[in-house]
Amino acid sequence: MAMTLAEKIIARAAGRASVAPGEIVTARVDLAMIHDSGGPRRVEPILKRLGVGLWDRDRVVLISDHYIPGDDPDGAAILSLTRDWARRYGVTFHDGQGICHVVLPERGHVAPGMFITGGDSHSPTGGAFGAYMFGIGATEMAGVLATGEIWVRVPYTIALDWQGQLPRGVLAKDMILAMCGRLGMDGGRYQAIEYTGPAVRALGMQERMTLSNMAAELGAQAGLIAPDQVTADYVTAAGGDPGDWQVWQGDAGAAVAERHVFDASTLAPQVAAPHSPANASDVGDQAGQALDVVYIGACTGAKYADLAAAAEILRGQRLAKGIRLMVAPASRRDQDRAAADGIMGVFEAAGAEVLPNACGICAGYGGARLGADIRCLSTTARNFKGRMGDASSRVWLSSPYTAAASAIEGRIADPRPHLEGR
Amino acid sequence: MERIWGRIWKLGDNVDTDALAPGRFMHRPMAELAAHCLIDRSPDFAANARPGDLIVAGRNFGMGSSREQAVQALKERGLQGVIAESFAGIFYRNAINLGLPVFVGRATDLPDGAEARLDADAAVLRHAGGAVTLEPLPGFLLEMIRDGGLVPHLEKRLAKEGR
Ligand code: SF4
Repeated sequence: MAMTLAEKIIARAAGRASVAPGEIVTARVDLAMIHDSGGPRRVEPILKRLGVGLWDRDRVVLISDHYIPGDDPDGAAILSLTRDWARRYGVTFHDGQGICHVVLPERGHVAPGMFITGGDSHSPTGGAFGAYMFGIGATEMAGVLATGEIWVRVPYTIALDWQGQLPRGVLAKDMILAMCGRLGMDGGRYQAIEYTGPAVRALGMQERMTLSNMAAELGAQAGLIAPDQVTADYVTAAGGDPGDWQVWQGDAGAAVAERHVFDASTLAPQVAAPHSPANASDVGDQAGQALDVVYIGACTGAKYADLAAAAEILRGQRLAKGIRLMVAPASRRDQDRAAADGIMGVFEAAGAEVLPNACGICAGYGGARLGADIRCLSTTARNFKGRMGDASSRVWLSSPYTAAASAIEGRIADPRPHLEGR
Repeated sequence: MERIWGRIWKLGDNVDTDALAPGRFMHRPMAELAAHCLIDRSPDFAANARPGDLIVAGRNFGMGSSREQAVQALKERGLQGVIAESFAGIFYRNAINLGLPVFVGRATDLPDGAEARLDADAAVLRHAGGAVTLEPLPGFLLEMIRDGGLVPHLEKRLAKEGR
């Protein structure tokens, strides 16, 4: 029977020759990722009640990111509980190394064909590697940690097909914002999205991760991209094993429930107005909107590729008067690499503040939270009311190119003129 | 599961998790949060719902955040279950994991306040004038609901395995 990529991975994890959409199956989990917020402090009471330990400590990865740097008493207490737990259970623990969705693949934990649960809603990020990865709540994660199993209703597949090639100045973030604008926040219907087409194939791994990450904003369970040589090279360089990645492709005749076609070559930079990613449209619709803060951060928008894009525009430039630019590189490794390439120097010379490799204000934590009435352009995934600070603050979402151009102009600006001659 | 008769509370499409567990009561104890369940959407519900009552809704029930309190608030009111044309994914999982019966089916033709009884084993909603067929749940999910959710279900299973 012809199967989609999602069906193949679930069938393998469920120990079945094939599965069909709508069926409910029990799957064995290859890996469980947890973080300091939804992890130890929430799952430990349930594990204790069940009186069991972990099903397989070698398949659990813990990453601290939400409460880093822990400079307030509550955050410090959560981090210390997290560290104790990691020691007690002997799991792989990346402490203060960056945001979970970026650190997990960076350390070679994700490979094509894997079936992974994550204790965070942006877990679909792992789909960029051709893994079936999805987010679950704390109760359910405790069940996974105790048994290594989870039930799943086999999703149907929605193909989001990008024809053509992206023009200069337009990034993966613009693609996903455009998809949010067109399909809405429930367009994914908790099914499996598969991003396809030449414009997707042309993206590097971190750009692909941006697409998969925001499958969450499309309301999908997973956001897959079939692996290719680009995927295999990344996984190998990260110290992982890409395995037989060639087999993790959808079959030619597999039934796809919905297909939406997009034209990359005519896509303009996108901006999503407050308070929903679905409020996305061409940057021209929001251009000129005055700003107080520009935030380049989060798993969605502060990976090495995002930092490099922003620096391309900021090189030799200064922030507009009155603008505060905050840069929170998504991982320590990405920051080190950016420093070695002179990218961090560009931010400093422009007048930006550099924040820790953590979720920070994307999760509404820390001293940099947005104050009353603050207008912020951000490279994060969500601009829900009050998420990044005061309920009266307003957040627009964009690519790192658009964020950098807007920081220079002091208002929402089209990045394309800034790239001319660069 | 007990087979009791309850009344139907009819709701439309896109009932969100903020309507079920309003953000402004999220930091309060569950009893207080549950007393405001659906307060902005169906103001009589929290005060008048009796144990055994049912919610019948349209599409995309439970859309929004992953907060488990949206399910807990309905359980706190003693609801027999929710029947909707479709559910938001994370709410659906949370409901089963916390032991709240959720069934996909079209029952919105029934009048508000009608007496009905959910027969989970047979996957039908019985009412005075007949029955509505629902999408059956696989056996192990039914069992999980019957056990009261994932944690008690696992307790039982682990005890059986002698762990
Ligand atoms: S950076 Fe933001 S979106 Fe990413 S995991 Fe942290 S809080 Fe979630």
